[in-house]
Amino acid sequence: MKNKEIKVITPRPSKGKDRRQFLKLSGMAIAGSGLLLACNDDDDMGNVMPPDATFDLGSGDRGVLNYAYALEQLEAEFYTRVVNGSYYSGASMEEKKLMEDLYNHEVNHREFFKAALNATFSADLVLPATLEFDFGDVDFNNRDSVLTTAQLLEDTGVSAYNGAGKLIETADYLVIAGKIVSVEARHAAAIRSIRGGEMDDYALFAGDDVVMASTGLDGALNPSQVIAAAGGFFVTPFTAMELP
Amino acid sequence: MNIIKFLDEFTSDNLINTASSRRDMFGTFGNMGKKAAIAAIPFGLGALSSKAKAATTASMFFDHEAPLQLALTLEYLEAEFYLKALDSGVIARAGGANAMKAEAIYAQISKHESAHVSFLQDTLGEDSIESPTFDFTAGGTFDPFNENGIGDDMAYAQLLALAQAFEDTGVRAYKGQAGNLMGLAEGAYLTAALQIHSVEARHASEIRRLRGLDGWITANERGAGIPAEAQAVYDGEENTTHGGVDVTTLGSGSPFSMEASTQAYDEPMSGDTATAIASLFIAS
Repeated sequence: MKNKEIKVITPRPSKGKDRRQFLKLSGMAIAGSGLLLACNDDDDMGNVMPPDATFDLGSGDRGVLNYAYALEQLEAEFYTRVVNGSYYSGASMEEKKLMEDLYNHEVNHREFFKAALNATFSADLVLPATLEFDFGDVDFNNRDSVLTTAQLLEDTGVSAYNGAGKLIETADYLVIAGKIVSVEARHAAAIRSIRGGEMDDYALFAGDDVVMASTGLDGALNPSQVIAAAGGFFVTPFTAMELP
Repeated sequence: MNIIKFLDEFTSDNLINTASSRRDMFGTFGNMGKKAAIAAIPFGLGALSSKAKAATTASMFFDHEAPLQLALTLEYLEAEFYLKALDSGVIARAGGANAMKAEAIYAQISKHESAHVSFLQDTLGEDSIESPTFDFTAGGTFDPFNENGIGDDMAYAQLLALAQAFEDTGVRAYKGQAGNLMGLAEGAYLTAALQIHSVEARHASEIRRLRGLDGWITANERGAGIPAEAQAVYDGEENTTHGGVDVTTLGSGSPFSMEASTQAYDEPMSGDTATAIASLFIAS
């Protein structure tokens, strides 16, 4: 099957079970549900346009940049809700500072992709800036809920960028993706470090659940895998028909 | 292949400096009053900075080899450093309340760096360069394992500072080689390099936090306790323009401050610079 089409249809509004499955994700495991993975084996169809207004991320550099833009919108929205609330119960000064840093970085990343995409492509080829999200079961007042979700978003982001690198066609974009992914990895380690400290698991910052012990390699996922994993958070449907 | 032979073939001006000349360049390191200049390096590996140069100076290498040999050199350095750090007992003796945590962190990082060595050796096969002989005193400047009597407390401080410098360098060095691996073997080398790159970033974040810093780099700041001579590790991190977009101009408020805008992006490092930094710790 050469061109696998991934069609993501996220039922709204609330699918708690799907998010729970996402929250069970550890590193490389994939739990997809709450969305439809439609594979089309036909290579001969001329019509790959999704129905009506559903946005497709596209292919090549545009596809990867739109994909990254979607993930950065997700992360930025998550931390925006964390810092716009009163953080979570029991957040220390250090943790508030950490959450504020992550908020700052992810909002910056989001706006970078918006600017970079719009500088290169016409507006109809750029993912809408106003994706809607549903964090369903996440309790923004609960420390464990926030930190666990943050860890999974950051780990997933790392695997997403690692897997998308080979799809990038322009060296400059590859370097920029590299500039961002290592910061996502720094985030993931920091969140994990805080959680690990409480569990006396001081190796959690780069735990065996996310870095393969035998090779020392981090995760790398294809867009379809990432969208399947994080799809439960996206209310606004979009497709990734031309990405693996 | 011997490391010096490898370096020699890639040296722009064929100048391999001696241990004594390396020592001459060192500035002061912290309270030691000795010298360590990570910044000023007399030779570089021009060939590692671009595929084109590699092709003209060393046609014996396949495209993926120069970037991966550089990676292997850095992994040899890190792997040996963490093994010796753990063997030295310095962390247990000087780590205080943090000793157990610090030992666990070093053990986890050590496991990864040794795995990276094996992984890259497997990838390069018989063409893998041999491990250099390392000198983690950098010609008598440091004593991170307290082998020369500096005392456990100072050794521990150096052991943490060197780890930070090595990890932050590793992140930048892998990033700098990514472009050289594009399109080779259907992206297999690139993906693996990226998978190591993000692990180095996890390590860097944790070591920095263990030292009381943020996990990320603000502007080109080295952070408390890192000597000025290590500035080369951080030079360029203050960049705010990516793909022609100055990210400080994208909005108002805290996400677009100079501080946040530089923290949010790590910068690549050339093969020349990475090699120069590693070379300070290579005896032969």
